[in-house]
Amino acid sequence: MLLNLADRPQTIKKVLVFALLGLFLGVFGVSRVAADDADLGISGQLKYKNAAGETIFVAGATVSVDGLDAVTTDETGSFRIPVPGPGEYRISLDTATLPETVSLKDANRNFLDVNLSTDRDQVVIFSLQDGSTSVASESRFALRRVVQLSVEGIKFGLYLALASVGLSLIFGTTGLVNFAHAELVTFGNLMGYFFNYYGLAGVVGFLAPLPAPLGSGSNLIIAAALTMFAGGILGYGLNRFIFRPARRSGVSLLAQMVMTIGGSILLRYIFLYFFTGGTRAYRSYSAQRASEFLGIYLTPKDIASMFVSVVILLAIGFGLKRTRSGRAMRAVSDNRDLSESSGIDVEKVISQVWTTGAALASLAGIFFGLDAVTWESGFRVLLFVFASVTLGGLGTAFGALFGALIVGLVINLSTLFIDVELKNMMALLALVVVLMFKPQGLFGRKERIG
Amino acid sequence: MIANYSPTPGVSKNRPALVVKNVSKSFGGLKAVDVKHLEIESGVITALIGPNGAGKTTFFNLLTAFDSIDSGSIELFGKDIVGVASQNLAKQGMVRTFQLTKALSKMTVIDNLKLGALHQSGENFIKSLFTPIWSSQEREIESRADALLDRFNLSHMRDEFAGTMSGGQRKLLEMARALMTDPQILMLDEPMAGVNPALTQSLLGHVKLLRDEGRTVIFVEHNMDVVRDISDWVVVMAEGAIIAEGTPDHIRSNQVVIDAYLGVHHDRELSNDV
Amino acid sequence: MDWGFIFERTFSTMIGPEVVIYALAALGLNIHFGYTGLLNFGHVAFMAAGAYGLGVSVYYFHWNFWIGLGMAMVYSIVLALILGIPTLRLRADYLGLVTIAASETIRITVRSRVFKPITGGAEGISEFSKPFYDLSPFDLGRFYSFGPFRYLGRDLWVLVVGWTLLILLTLMVQQVMRAPWGRALRAIREDEDAARSLGKNAYAFKIQSLLFGGAIGAVAGVVQVVQKGSIQADGFNPTITFTIWMILIIGGPARPWSPIAGSMIYWSLIIFVENVLRQLSPQTRESLERTIKLSDINIGQMRYIIVGLGLLLLARYRPQGIFGSREEMALDDR
Repeated sequence: MLLNLADRPQTIKKVLVFALLGLFLGVFGVSRVAADDADLGISGQLKYKNAAGETIFVAGATVSVDGLDAVTTDETGSFRIPVPGPGEYRISLDTATLPETVSLKDANRNFLDVNLSTDRDQVVIFSLQDGSTSVASESRFALRRVVQLSVEGIKFGLYLALASVGLSLIFGTTGLVNFAHAELVTFGNLMGYFFNYYGLAGVVGFLAPLPAPLGSGSNLIIAAALTMFAGGILGYGLNRFIFRPARRSGVSLLAQMVMTIGGSILLRYIFLYFFTGGTRAYRSYSAQRASEFLGIYLTPKDIASMFVSVVILLAIGFGLKRTRSGRAMRAVSDNRDLSESSGIDVEKVISQVWTTGAALASLAGIFFGLDAVTWESGFRVLLFVFASVTLGGLGTAFGALFGALIVGLVINLSTLFIDVELKNMMALLALVVVLMFKPQGLFGRKERIG
Repeated sequence: MIANYSPTPGVSKNRPALVVKNVSKSFGGLKAVDVKHLEIESGVITALIGPNGAGKTTFFNLLTAFDSIDSGSIELFGKDIVGVASQNLAKQGMVRTFQLTKALSKMTVIDNLKLGALHQSGENFIKSLFTPIWSSQEREIESRADALLDRFNLSHMRDEFAGTMSGGQRKLLEMARALMTDPQILMLDEPMAGVNPALTQSLLGHVKLLRDEGRTVIFVEHNMDVVRDISDWVVVMAEGAIIAEGTPDHIRSNQVVIDAYLGVHHDRELSNDV
Repeated sequence: MDWGFIFERTFSTMIGPEVVIYALAALGLNIHFGYTGLLNFGHVAFMAAGAYGLGVSVYYFHWNFWIGLGMAMVYSIVLALILGIPTLRLRADYLGLVTIAASETIRITVRSRVFKPITGGAEGISEFSKPFYDLSPFDLGRFYSFGPFRYLGRDLWVLVVGWTLLILLTLMVQQVMRAPWGRALRAIREDEDAARSLGKNAYAFKIQSLLFGGAIGAVAGVVQVVQKGSIQADGFNPTITFTIWMILIIGGPARPWSPIAGSMIYWSLIIFVENVLRQLSPQTRESLERTIKLSDINIGQMRYIIVGLGLLLLARYRPQGIFGSREEMALDDR
């Protein structure tokens, strides 16, 4: 291997690319504030506003973490439960211990799931309200709940669609399933954080006072644009420096897929190495109050991001149908040999697909980041991305769009019937069922052999 | 005698190996194959010709169950074989080769051939654990394989990886491997494609020898000269349908075929430049 | 720097429990990927199936340890069928999609509260392996030293049994791969259509391959949890799968002894590097911390960065492994 490195300038170039990428992220890691909190815990404060608008702290309520001792809130309504280590925990509030007039805003949310990271306490919030404004607790299948879940499902589906289109198109044009696609989502998720906090150049100390977007952080909307740009460059680079040379020198598809798996784990642990395991939030728009509209709770950022996704997805659809390069993408996905012989520059199309696909995945990463910024945000949705593209039909762009919407909706609605924790299981089940009965997906066509 | 059959599409034969009725196959609304009636006489060499995109390979895939038919029936020696899996067709005596040769390149030539033998007890997982159960059969298979290598002049490549062979050698290997199943019907998809002229004659000789052993041979071919040289009967496809069949001489003077072909030869010369 | 300690650790690792466990797992993956060309990106799920087959039987059903071992096999068979039946008729990548998704889903599901009464949830299961250690001829709490090696009696007993299993199973793999069964698998890996045209039921062979390799993966999982003395869902995370891939490709796929070689090389390298890094002088450590953020916490993460980069480069330049012949690589004409 070392010999190979020495006598191949190509390889050195590739190693350099990775080194640069590492450096880039490294710089970004340097500027983070280290937290050396050795003992971990989950904390929070129980409070509500009374009819007069005063904040009242709830003392003496019981909060427990699954499998661990319960604690009681003190006179400031605060509690802290130490936990043994990182992991996922469910924090439950015993509503019977609340003052009589006080109840949860959403009666179904008497527990919260938190993913505790390696280095800091997690704060949880139970939204309480005064009894005078309380509504009767709703049943499991209440219309409001169904609608709420559907809207959330559509939101999730829209983000998934952004993440999936690239995967499907890359497969269509090259036959390669990019198992590192989820890492492109994570890349967007983290780069959004980076640009949001430090701006384009502010990370280099003396440039920090520059005006946004260069220094001292930029608004998330500008950060998102920068992130998409960075994601596009990453996608272009992955194809240009890694997968195109591999295709050229005849590396088999099977080996290329192992390469994507290697790339996936490499990127993921570079992310973890520099970003560390904590869950963070963007500087802009992180704490927003959900407002009610016809009984549906949505935050303004949810509405904005859903709107942007719809616009972008429509633009993609229009682009694929109407523009020259979009039509070329679909033609190559459809039949590579035929497109090649009819004069389409297939390599150029592949390059465009990687670039746009990665840029869209990065944007999806930002949207997922509105809820949480973590080093494994992409990996968490990987299964859903796979389910989407398979349901829609691998290789079809429109299939991926519709597949994602269906998956988002079905997965969220499934929580009406099953425990939230089992929704991954549902997605897997859906994937398996699709493969059993309609392996080419809803929009795919059967393949010819021979 | 085969020459006595009337040269009309769909004519019935005395001893048909294959009978195809109303077989159709569409891809996305496009009808790729639509064969009303076709019988393939056993013990002779039948050529399946037609311009590019005529549906020959698709038809081959349908006959060998590598693709499923939309409707119709296919009978092999009087037995309906629609829905029979391709691997089971080999066990019923019908074996095929591929247009793009499928030599198993990371296996040795002799292993390629030994793979071809049917009903190997050592292919059962449990039995494979105990060498004595399958070793005598393995020796018998190996001697058959060596005989075939000898016959196809490949003995010197015996222990080489199949991936090191030339295109023509791969065609021979594939044919020899197919013979390891001792088939009654051999379906050869463009056996001469990509073979250098020096080897073509030897390949043609081998195909004729197969017929002389009493096997039925069906092959797909573009080159009319090759077809005239070795085939006893020619079936012409165009746009998924059978447009003519007859002896090579009949076909040569058939106006329908000439029309279909002249255009195509023109096309092919153009595409050959690319 | 205490080189004596570093080498003692490295040598002890070379035949230590990790090497045995990962070699066993890689042996299973070798059947899948090396011989049959199956893209199993969720091999850790088979290890989990073995572990929980044993654990659930003892913890939930209160059966004895030895029945649990049988159940480990049953679980792996069920898992192989669930993963294989829908995907093995399709192109190779679908198995990859489903296995990578399934292994994570299984981990999340098993650690969930819903299944806690059965699987022990996030805390997992412990105290199930006593019958195994009761058979130990070694004093479980004593250290045994020979040459550069030094093991606790408990580990030594695991090693004796583990290596015996590993060698027997490797011989078994060697036997079946030399037989016509293995020939058919290799043919399917090279070209499934060719194999089918010659009367081989590719689907059935692939299912058998998935079952066999999965069962060996389950053995690896059982050895691992018996050695650790506890079963924890989070131990079965995707990094395990990719480490196994790395080991298989270092050793070279489709050779029976390569998982053992790959596992020894991988583990001795990792342990050596980690120990050297941990023993660097405080000044060096500080400058590394300043420049590349290397800390006690992320030394362990460095391992997976190496695995990822290694996998990427090996698959690109030496898919036949570091011992494989260049000839074989040149034949890769697909």
